Amino acid sequence: MRRRAILGYGAAGVGAVALMLFVGWWQVDRPGGPEPVGQRPVALTEMDFRLTDHEGNAVGPETLIGRPTMAFFGFTYCPDVCPTTLSDISGWLDDLGDEADEMNVVFITVDPERDTVETMAEYVGYFHPAIRGWTGPEKQIARVADGFRATYERVPTESGDYTMNHTASVFLFAASGRFVTMIDYHEPREFAVPKIGRVLEEQMEGAT
Amino acid sequence: MKKYILTSTLAALFALGGLSVPALAGPEDVVVENAWSRASIGMNRPGAAYMTIRNTGDEPVTLIGLATPLAMMPEIHETKTNAEGVSSMSPAGEIAIAPGESVALKPGGLHAMLMRLQEPMREGDTFPLTLLFDDGGEVTVEVPILGIAARGPED
Ligand SMILES: [Cu+2]
Repeated sequence: MRRRAILGYGAAGVGAVALMLFVGWWQVDRPGGPEPVGQRPVALTEMDFRLTDHEGNAVGPETLIGRPTMAFFGFTYCPDVCPTTLSDISGWLDDLGDEADEMNVVFITVDPERDTVETMAEYVGYFHPAIRGWTGPEKQIARVADGFRATYERVPTESGDYTMNHTASVFLFAASGRFVTMIDYHEPREFAVPKIGRVLEEQMEGAT
Repeated sequence: MKKYILTSTLAALFALGGLSVPALAGPEDVVVENAWSRASIGMNRPGAAYMTIRNTGDEPVTLIGLATPLAMMPEIHETKTNAEGVSSMSPAGEIAIAPGESVALKPGGLHAMLMRLQEPMREGDTFPLTLLFDDGGEVTVEVPILGIAARGPED
């Protein structure tokens, strides 16, 4: 009697787990369903773009392979979100200390018209020295954004200038180039630093 | 009943305490705390300033605009980040502050957008920013300019 009850619960449990797995699969991979909000970037090894860093070096996705990478989009004429993200990242890097030396940190402009190599050099100079600034032709920037599944859009302002709407998340990739996770714009520091730590640990394990 | 009195003595007292204490001026019902901004690179880029605006009175107040000699087009803006993680900003319009409530202008949300700078924002300087209210009241606060990489009023 009692055993049958236990078996019953067991069966119900298996059923529940199966249902959960199915629901999970349905939500994430449902065939033909709408693309989930915030698609995952492809691996860096699958990206193809040519940019120039703030010191004038030719760079591309292959530049980032071999070390974990933190990458994000912005523009130097951005008064609010971009300096905030850059100073947040500078703070995370300070928290991580020496560990942060093991990683690529890349700020990619979505406004190449105004963000020349010289402009990027001056701007990144105000933040953590690990941060590299990448720019290039608009067509190449579009390819980067496509690989990251990021978006950007030029919007005129009342002052006669323009501003850029853009993806403000910070992307984390493993040393292999595999996309690991992202840090959302409003994510508190308590979550951000451990996420970066996790990507760095994967690197250590991979090395042994 | 809103009172418009000079509070220079109070302001001077608070000034002694540094940045983390209220910068009080103008209508005594409105207190502006922790004002700060970032230095600019040159004059071509817009600046942003942040602060907390507290309505200590017993009537609502409505912030309708900004004025400053530093910028031709100062305006309250709001940055919004959508579900896809895309950030955009646009004019915030009028901001009503209920009695006893406060509104925070902070990175990634509301900010005083300083368009068409008249001079570069230099670290260590301050500039006057006047908040304009719908009843004709004004509050002027002296905003410290911190480094380009500053994260808040304390650094
Ligand atoms: Cu703005």
